[in-house]
Amino acid sequence: MPDEPAIHARALTRVYKAKPDAVTALGGVDLDVQAGEYFGLLGPNGAGKTTLIKIFTTLLLPTSGKASVAGFDVVTETAKIRRVINMVSGGEQSGYGLLTAREQLWMFSQFYGLSNRDGWRRVDELIEVTGLTEQRDQKVRTLSTGQRQKLNFARGMLNDPWVLFLDEPTLGLDVAAARDLRDHTLSWKAAAPARTVLLTTHYMVEAEQLCDRIAIVDRGKILALGTPEELRRRVQAESIFRIELDRLPQNGGIAAIGALPGVLSAVRADDEVADEAGSDRVALKVALADDSALTSVVTAVAERGSNLVGLAKSEPSLEDVFVELVGRGFGDEDKSPPEPAS
Amino acid sequence: MTAYRAAPATNAREAAEWSTGRVLRTNLRAIVGRAYPRVIGLTREPSWIFFEILLPFLAVSAFVFVYRALGAPEQFIGFVVLGGAVTSFWLNVVWMMAAQFYWEKDQGNLELYFTAPMHLMAILAGMAIGGLVMTSSRALAVIGIGSLLYGVSYNVEQPFLLAGVFLLTMVPLYGMGMLFASLFLLWGREANHLAELLQEPIYFLGGVNFPLRAIGPIAGVVVATLPLGVGLDAMRQLAFVESGVQGVLPVGTEILILAVMGVVFLVGARLALGYLEMLARREGRLTLRWQ
Repeated sequence: MPDEPAIHARALTRVYKAKPDAVTALGGVDLDVQAGEYFGLLGPNGAGKTTLIKIFTTLLLPTSGKASVAGFDVVTETAKIRRVINMVSGGEQSGYGLLTAREQLWMFSQFYGLSNRDGWRRVDELIEVTGLTEQRDQKVRTLSTGQRQKLNFARGMLNDPWVLFLDEPTLGLDVAAARDLRDHTLSWKAAAPARTVLLTTHYMVEAEQLCDRIAIVDRGKILALGTPEELRRRVQAESIFRIELDRLPQNGGIAAIGALPGVLSAVRADDEVADEAGSDRVALKVALADDSALTSVVTAVAERGSNLVGLAKSEPSLEDVFVELVGRGFGDEDKSPPEPAS
Repeated sequence: MTAYRAAPATNAREAAEWSTGRVLRTNLRAIVGRAYPRVIGLTREPSWIFFEILLPFLAVSAFVFVYRALGAPEQFIGFVVLGGAVTSFWLNVVWMMAAQFYWEKDQGNLELYFTAPMHLMAILAGMAIGGLVMTSSRALAVIGIGSLLYGVSYNVEQPFLLAGVFLLTMVPLYGMGMLFASLFLLWGREANHLAELLQEPIYFLGGVNFPLRAIGPIAGVVVATLPLGVGLDAMRQLAFVESGVQGVLPVGTEILILAVMGVVFLVGARLALGYLEMLARREGRLTLRWQ
């Protein structure tokens, strides 16, 4: 079945028993992630991301609905799923502190059935590519948080999984360590394009940088799904450019720019540039029906005696998309019941 | 970055098809892998010499002096030393088998064990074998030091049978630990409280510091339910033949009881583990640290 999704869910629900009321962590999720995709689940804490990942990794049963990984049912074919997946979670403290980094990876390699020789070889390869060569013989309990998470990532690669689940993998890491880890996941995907990654995160930049497609999740439901570009288009159909000029255009000025074909509007943007000492600079915010109208705008400002100083396309962020869909930002207080900790 | 790539299969469905031999090999390797931290721990944490040999040895010594003060038969000293050695295994079972899953859950290891392709019984077996190796060194140290210090003389006519009884005792003893590993997690209480709750009664009912016959009629019941008691009673009969020591039951009967117990506890552990996994997946108990 070549077109079978790597990850599939239909009408998937999960309700946790709790007092006084049951908590609905997933309220009917439909999802298809194709083989080879780097797919992101983006949502705030309590959105249901971790519950979804735990169902796919066979740690939780759905309350109703269907879910499968690599075509295998998560309820009845758990053994087969476990042979082709792996999982790395943020803040993971797995393993045993008295083992060295190398020994710890070898131990986990045995759980995936690697022979002794293949296990050690794979461990050494992964230690090298994750940049832990200097720490290879260091006890795990002495590793820094970033090093520990690199080790967890190497553990997740031991069986070269067909479907890799990354649950908030950069949680609590500093900028450099998080960037390293993101680079590793991209390198792995590049080396193994048929592999599938399902990433949960509440970092917009991470989702945008890594994912081919993203599902925005909140309160157990998928609110929107598409490529980062498609999602941004949901809240902003036009292209918006910020154009910096050395002086105001003459001969009709900004109004003339706004009247050009393909230009939806042209207004003066906020004006920090004009505050610069001795400067006549001005910034315009120009909305275009599509990017092709930009050429006529640039030509028009030149004809009106202005020189182009700066040009930047203004994109809505995924946070804008989220706010548009949910009516609140990631940082705003979530009134929904908390999702149980992972 | 080709080092990231390892699996030769062409697609996930193909990669998920494992032969019976591969399943078996994976489980055997998982046993070795999980036993490794326990065995290597012997060399990494030398403090165990103080905490697990010298401190328990003080308790053994106290009973030795009590028996000597009371003028008890000299074989009682040997009973206590042997009991002290076997106690190490019980402590290992209750603290590092029964309570282990609870701690593994807190560390996040249990999730990884569940999502890996080996059976969880392999993890339990690895923990048991690693614990057995680790504790054997401690038990031998207690026997060696105790025997030298207090002049214990052994009369062993059937050393292989004695070794066999020892190994047979370990099967139900660690099987009980494997069973409790799941039960502790299911009961959902603090593991150390449950371990403490079990520790002292088993010391008493297992006859660690006195011959089991001294308990009287209850001894029969004890022997029939506790691997520590029945195993120790059989080992004492085999290690002190000339002392005329009488066990609760003949050695042959006790061997039979141990064998039955071994099967019962291992099957019980397997069933409890299956139930734990089902409940864990249904109710989220396995993955929710607050439960």
